[in-house]
Amino acid sequence: MRSEPLRGYALLTPTLLIMAFGICIPFAILIAMSFWTQQGFDFNTTLTLANYGTAFEQPVYEALLLRSLAISGICTIATVVLSYPMAYYVAFHVHRHKMIWIILITLPFWTSYLLRVFAWKIILGYNGVINSGLKGLGLIDQPLEFLLYSQSAVVITLAHAWAAFAILPMYVSLEKIDRTLLEAATDLGDGPVARFLRVTLPLSLPGIIAATLLMFIPTVGDYITPALLGGPDGIMIGNLIQAQFGKVNNWPMGAALAISMMIIVAFCALTFMLVTRKAKEHIA
Amino acid sequence: MSEVSYIQRRNRPLRVYALIYLAFLYIPVLFLPLFSFNDSIYVAFPLKDFTLKWYEQMFANEPMFAALRNSIRVAVATSVLATFLGIFAAKAVTRYRMPGRAPVVTFIMLPLVIPGIIFGVALLILMSRMGIRLSLYTITLGHVLVCVPFAMATLIPRFEGFDKSIEEASADLGENMWWTFWRVTFPMVFPGIVASLLLCFTISFDEFIMAFFLSGTDPTLPLFMWGQLRFPQKLPGVLALGSLILVVSFCVVFFSQWLKTRGVRTRTRGG
Repeated sequence: MRSEPLRGYALLTPTLLIMAFGICIPFAILIAMSFWTQQGFDFNTTLTLANYGTAFEQPVYEALLLRSLAISGICTIATVVLSYPMAYYVAFHVHRHKMIWIILITLPFWTSYLLRVFAWKIILGYNGVINSGLKGLGLIDQPLEFLLYSQSAVVITLAHAWAAFAILPMYVSLEKIDRTLLEAATDLGDGPVARFLRVTLPLSLPGIIAATLLMFIPTVGDYITPALLGGPDGIMIGNLIQAQFGKVNNWPMGAALAISMMIIVAFCALTFMLVTRKAKEHIA
Repeated sequence: MSEVSYIQRRNRPLRVYALIYLAFLYIPVLFLPLFSFNDSIYVAFPLKDFTLKWYEQMFANEPMFAALRNSIRVAVATSVLATFLGIFAAKAVTRYRMPGRAPVVTFIMLPLVIPGIIFGVALLILMSRMGIRLSLYTITLGHVLVCVPFAMATLIPRFEGFDKSIEEASADLGENMWWTFWRVTFPMVFPGIVASLLLCFTISFDEFIMAFFLSGTDPTLPLFMWGQLRFPQKLPGVLALGSLILVVSFCVVFFSQWLKTRGVRTRTRGG
């Protein structure tokens, strides 16, 4: 009888191989390419830090990266804060048809991202839904210009598009909380607010952390939303990276920017987790 | 301990909040079908006449159908491959004690947290260095990588949800591993497999970022729509197309989620 781990890994091998091929090798090449330089249509493969140098020296890259972090950060915080009550409601106050609520919440998310972004474009547009509606109601004379092609448009759209990613982890965390702990707290004299702060909130923290990370990390690199409704003010680092692989045709630079972005995002994520761990130790 | 404890008291404000939240989640998306029936190329109030002409135009659009065919082909291939790989992995992870199981699962789930643009770019570089021409096949590869985590997430609960001893009984009664799988395991995880197929199909069908970087001369439907967005007169046509896709996606995902939870016992806590 072959050992159990061996049989398990044998079964796992096809999947593992393909994922390794798809994840490790491209990333290795991505890292390698960031040290190359573009020469016409080919690459100069002598290793150099030139791309990273440019990325750090030219102020536009740093500015765009900071802007992307800010937009993602605001969007993530807002969505997590606004979605928490929703997750709480479904976890604690829905007794029948919980699955239907879950499905309803996640359903929009499974449909085309492009379409959902586009829906906001037509809502916020100069002649779009909000403006024409308000005009029709006689509330405004001139269309509101700040709605579209701005950073706020990007924030709103990203928040809407990624909301499901925020709700689900928090819901799972809240659902797992042992109700008897809450009853014990009540028996020991806690009111609803104290009960929430001392039992529910700390126990749901893993879900909150997961929601924050699951939303922050992908949105930093988003380029569809800024492209469709960011305008010149709302461009994010993702657009710049995409341009390097498109019109600008400087793949090594794009690789360097992508790696830089990943490192900084990872750094932010780790900092966040460290901070929350410290906070948890203080509460407990 | 009674079921209706004072913690489970009704909370009216919270319920209102939840309903408003749901409304905000859905209303923007519902504007798409609304204006696809509107007889005007401008997406604005007040609404003009009701018309089906945008849908008629869309059905007469040959490039659109080509893109649709491409999307379907890629999505079918992706869902089959991803589910296949997911079944292997889910069975391995739930049925065997393996050292390093948690890191391995985390590794396979990585595509979920890597920004799509990074993944797309990395794969693009890989394809170009390997000299592989971009085509629907490269898109499929990208999609499979993105869908395997979802397939696993759908299948693992299914595999975990039923009793291992049934498989052991089958083995004791003389069936070898493959027959055990076919006659015992497979029928019981079948809803999960169908759910995974449907989910991966939907994800691949709607996926834009990977397709954007990895496509050759044949566009998928999202890429086609992206190209159309530049022309204002094509706008309502895109809305019509988008609305149809929305409805179909809704139905497919609803069905797959329903399948996923059917039969899996969920323990309810409290009380």
